[in-house]
Amino acid sequence: MNIQFRESSEAASPLAVKTAIADCDIHPARATRAELYPYLAKRWQHHLEVYGVHAYQGMMEGPPYPKAQPNASRRDAYPPEGGPQGSSLSFMQKQLLDPNNVQLGVLNPLNTGQGIRNHELSAALCSAINDWQIDKWTSKDKRLKASIVVGNEDGLSAAAEIRERAGDKNFVQVLLLSRNVEPLGQRRYWPIYQAAEEAGLPVGVHAFGFGGNPITPSGWPSYYIEEMVGHSQCQQSALASLVLEGVFERFPKLKMVMIEAGFGWAPSLAWRLDKVWQRLRSEVPHVKRPPSEYIREQVWWTTQPMEDPERREDLFDVIKWIGWDRLLFATDYPHWDYDEPSRVLPAGVNDDDREAFYLGNAKKLYGIA
Amino acid sequence: MARHVIAAADELPPGTRKFLEIDGRPIAIFNIKGEYFGLMNRCPHQGAALCEGPLIGLAQSTDPGEIEYTKLGEILRCPWHGWEFDIRTGQSYCDPRRFRVKAYPAHVEPGASVVKGPYVAETIPVKVESDYVVVDL
Repeated sequence: MNIQFRESSEAASPLAVKTAIADCDIHPARATRAELYPYLAKRWQHHLEVYGVHAYQGMMEGPPYPKAQPNASRRDAYPPEGGPQGSSLSFMQKQLLDPNNVQLGVLNPLNTGQGIRNHELSAALCSAINDWQIDKWTSKDKRLKASIVVGNEDGLSAAAEIRERAGDKNFVQVLLLSRNVEPLGQRRYWPIYQAAEEAGLPVGVHAFGFGGNPITPSGWPSYYIEEMVGHSQCQQSALASLVLEGVFERFPKLKMVMIEAGFGWAPSLAWRLDKVWQRLRSEVPHVKRPPSEYIREQVWWTTQPMEDPERREDLFDVIKWIGWDRLLFATDYPHWDYDEPSRVLPAGVNDDDREAFYLGNAKKLYGIA
Repeated sequence: MARHVIAAADELPPGTRKFLEIDGRPIAIFNIKGEYFGLMNRCPHQGAALCEGPLIGLAQSTDPGEIEYTKLGEILRCPWHGWEFDIRTGQSYCDPRRFRVKAYPAHVEPGASVVKGPYVAETIPVKVESDYVVVDL
């Protein structure tokens, strides 16, 4: 008899990929709140302990909707040394980066200082998170690059944070969330786009954020599953706002990345925008070209959640419209809706497109040699 | 069909599971309230180590608002995407037509019967007086 016993199954992915990939949506977590204290002035440490954090909506002690799994994460992603999923660099290396041959990993921290009412505290927390990303992650593993987290509701201080980090090779994009106090095309956010354009950094718009509005256009839903599908509705509103408020026209070199809200809806949104723009464009004379042109020229899309239609031809049709040069592969590690690199793309993709999908597009967009 | 001795029965008490590899296949054997079940430890969806997931029940509904929680402790939920599989059969509940986990029948046999097999001599120190968990592959 020749049976090998194991304490548990291996943490590493059972299906490692051989060619190098980029993972454009990784979520690093803090093991404790005190992890940020070295980067926060005493004044703000005191503030957090005495007054806490006030968001734009209630029920923020826990998430507004119960998540599928603890910390909305994979159950096999708890680090062996303890702490929440995503809080250990060595375990992330072992479970994600090494077995999947990740050459570039883009960090998008959540639960930071974005979208809170005290804008000075928001700016301080975001800046602390950015320092923490360098100290704990990007300086320790050169494969990892950080996103500049900004206090988004105060465009001016957000722009100042971007300018301070511009040119620092630890950072490859600016990070916003999709749910904000106002739609993302509004003027209060313009300083962010201006600073990002000047710095040559793409602006990523990640699903989530709690801006005080219902998370669907028709009110508060009952179930987490509705929140999950609602991310695409939210990103559609954000994208329409960016186009129609003239953000893309005003900042022609701005690059936006739609993160974790799918991409199958992109063609239909663009078709619809083009159609109504032809009839109503006198209302928005600052939008000088068909909306689809701005979208195709200035928007990129991360894949997780990867669209999964029954017929793979439907997927290829959508990607053909978006462009094989516009998709950025992402796993969303350690979150529970993680996409396994070796399983997401059906057969029938030529080598060039496959390489662009998994690595080339990301290296080009994020300026990684 | 080859027969593999997995463990002495008292090494795999109720509520525990054991991970192993047989002929290169990752497998886990569960003891659920004295019943033994073997499943392939690989989710047919995206390849996660399925058997590390929690054992839950199956929420079923005949009408909106009418919810029954059945098969308590017999539904294995994938640690990644939460796909549910019946521990008894490997059947998927979200897409039973396309996905099924390979189930391996496991049961307890007295040492006196397993000692006859050709596998015992190599690595398992068999106490003939004990009972052993056996899986058929």
